[in-house]
Amino acid sequence: MKSELPVVTSSPHLRSPVTVSALMRDVVIALLPALFAAVVFFGERAMMIVALGVLSAVVAEAGYQRLARRPVTVGDWSAVVTGMLLAFNLPPSAPWWLPVVGSAFAIVVAKQLFGGLGQNFINPALAARAMLMASWPAHMTAWIRPFDAVSTATPLAALVPKTGVAAQLPTYWEMFVGATAGCVGETSALALLVGGGYLLVRRVISWHTPAAFIGTVAVLTWVFGGVDGLFSGDWLRHILAGGLMLGAFFMATDYVTSPVTPKGKLIMGLGCGVLTVIIRLHGGFPEGVSYAILLMNLATPLIDRYVQPRPFGEVRKK
Amino acid sequence: MAAKTFSGGVQVPHYKELTEHLPIREGPRPTEVVIPLSQHTGAPCEPTVRRGERVLVGQKVGDSEAFVSAPVHASVSGKVVAIEPRPHPLGGEVLAVVIESDGEFAVHPEVKPLGPLEELSPEQIKRMLRESGMVGLGGAAFPTAVKVSPPEGKHIDVFLLNGAECEPYLTADHRLMVEHPEDVVLGMRALMKALGVGRGIVCVEDNKPDAIEAMKKATMPHSELEVAVCRTKYPQGSEKQLIKAVLGREVPPPPGLPLDVGVVVNNVGTAWAVARALTTGLPLVERVITVTGPCVAQPANLLVRIGTPFSSVVDFCGGFASAPAKIIMGGPMMGVAQRGLEVPVIKGTSGLLLLPEEDALAQQPQPCIRCGRCVEACPMGLLPLLLAAYAEQGRFEEAESLRALNCMECGSCSYICPARRPLVHAIRVAKADIMARLRARRK
Repeated sequence: MKSELPVVTSSPHLRSPVTVSALMRDVVIALLPALFAAVVFFGERAMMIVALGVLSAVVAEAGYQRLARRPVTVGDWSAVVTGMLLAFNLPPSAPWWLPVVGSAFAIVVAKQLFGGLGQNFINPALAARAMLMASWPAHMTAWIRPFDAVSTATPLAALVPKTGVAAQLPTYWEMFVGATAGCVGETSALALLVGGGYLLVRRVISWHTPAAFIGTVAVLTWVFGGVDGLFSGDWLRHILAGGLMLGAFFMATDYVTSPVTPKGKLIMGLGCGVLTVIIRLHGGFPEGVSYAILLMNLATPLIDRYVQPRPFGEVRKK
Repeated sequence: MAAKTFSGGVQVPHYKELTEHLPIREGPRPTEVVIPLSQHTGAPCEPTVRRGERVLVGQKVGDSEAFVSAPVHASVSGKVVAIEPRPHPLGGEVLAVVIESDGEFAVHPEVKPLGPLEELSPEQIKRMLRESGMVGLGGAAFPTAVKVSPPEGKHIDVFLLNGAECEPYLTADHRLMVEHPEDVVLGMRALMKALGVGRGIVCVEDNKPDAIEAMKKATMPHSELEVAVCRTKYPQGSEKQLIKAVLGREVPPPPGLPLDVGVVVNNVGTAWAVARALTTGLPLVERVITVTGPCVAQPANLLVRIGTPFSSVVDFCGGFASAPAKIIMGGPMMGVAQRGLEVPVIKGTSGLLLLPEEDALAQQPQPCIRCGRCVEACPMGLLPLLLAAYAEQGRFEEAESLRALNCMECGSCSYICPARRPLVHAIRVAKADIMARLRARRK
């Protein structure tokens, strides 16, 4: 027996190998196909925006924690995820300072001021996107075509003509692979599905929120999204367009700002879907995914309060 | 047929390969045994022997008048050298009878086989269970005689024999089913006869195909018995989860018991011990334990005398392969960490697990990220993250309203938590406070 006393702790004495940083790293891995697609379609400027977003997020987190004399926790990879997601939500034409300001806002204002990891009540990347949208709307909506970087409109703007924007609708295939105008990381449904599938297989996220989100958008746009009356909407284009895939797999599933129970996650997805469609079809912006998620973030405490699992052995009161 | 299961729970690594194929061996012959007077759920015993007295194997050395209690017996022959408080593996010091062995293991003359089960009445079986100090050997050590005496008005229609053994590393029940299936069945039938139950199901996890095979063969001649195969998932061996998986019945929350849904559950080890008591007349003076873990030189399944110090057991297994940083009585999920090896094997000791430093280091908890894994893992349908948060803030009444008392402390939440939060520990703290207030209110 060695001289030190044995360690005495309460059970369990085994721990799962899955840690917070391993989960966050898996999210980063799952975002890589979309990053690759972004570079293919929008060139190295996409890479630069993502790099700046990540760098700014990590520096902001470390800097704030240093100043606040708190332990520096950038090793948990959560700032990297936030930086990537923020950058993915910017147009490829964004000036260099847009991801820098956005990531810093996401980390310092939306995350650290509320107590850091686990304490923020809205998705930091989406909060920063909303701030940038309100502050620099022109920069945030300057869309360019893939490959040649000519300015254009997004497929959604063409799909639901609200302001007389006339634009050529891309083909389903172009929308599926991502060869359309849009934010850095949102255009390729294919790449995002690969990443989302990875998260599902690795059990980082559950199917509830993405399935309910995408399913709701599909049904509602099919029913209400057409110009030839009910049930004539082009639902496939709607689920391939805009930030739906990115939002459904990577942002509505954010642990901290979404419900903890499976049923709550379904409600989260459903609510996001309904709000997205309302904004897309009737709102002032062509796209509504990010505001839908932000609104549902606010509803999360309420959902968690009322949607609780049934305790084993208890009979639900009628 | 699909394996039966329950909702919630976690997939844990088994680590059973260390001992699952090793036959049960006779354990050490201790020179001194320490018999704590409380080894069970219920009232502690009073010593029935005096210091200096000579005792024989199977002789009663402690008993109690209380209904919920179980006597304790000498596991060696020799001299009572002390009756004094001694360290107990469940913590603290407990009055114990210390017997110095004379090395003869002479059995008390009153120890005689009871005769064939067919000739015994339920009352005779119950008396035997009480007098032999029989308790549940799965861990909680609830007196078996009490378990087979349900209160008036409770109708029991099914008896479940728990051979799930869902704790990683442990293989004692597994080996009993493989090596002594007939005895396990005999003990099961005796318990069923005491209860007057006409249907019995042996429940085994599907990671023990040889045990399933053996139990199917052994139950074949008895039309009232069957074998149910459960999916391997922790905590399948929890009786509420076992009942849910096999019968689809849900035991009501505390103070609800399996008998409220017409079921009594007993452990495989208990059934085997009952059979031994019937066929040899020996009370519960030895049991099978698994001695295992990366730090044990020769892991083993051993038949060990109650009261044998852990140190003798480890020496018998060739000592340490490497210095252990953690010593656990029981399995790694619900076992109790020990301060050292001087404590004795008691009736509830299912295993002795020695873990190296890399498994023992406390990990720094990180903030909860609300991933919901604990909610999915909780087999009791609770919200561990909220219960633990309330507990940490001292908001015990809120924890109570979220059913903290329903928690059976299986530890699935702490196991799965990626932020390494001590969830079940916090819930235990809340439970202790809630129970203390309930007791105060009752007074």
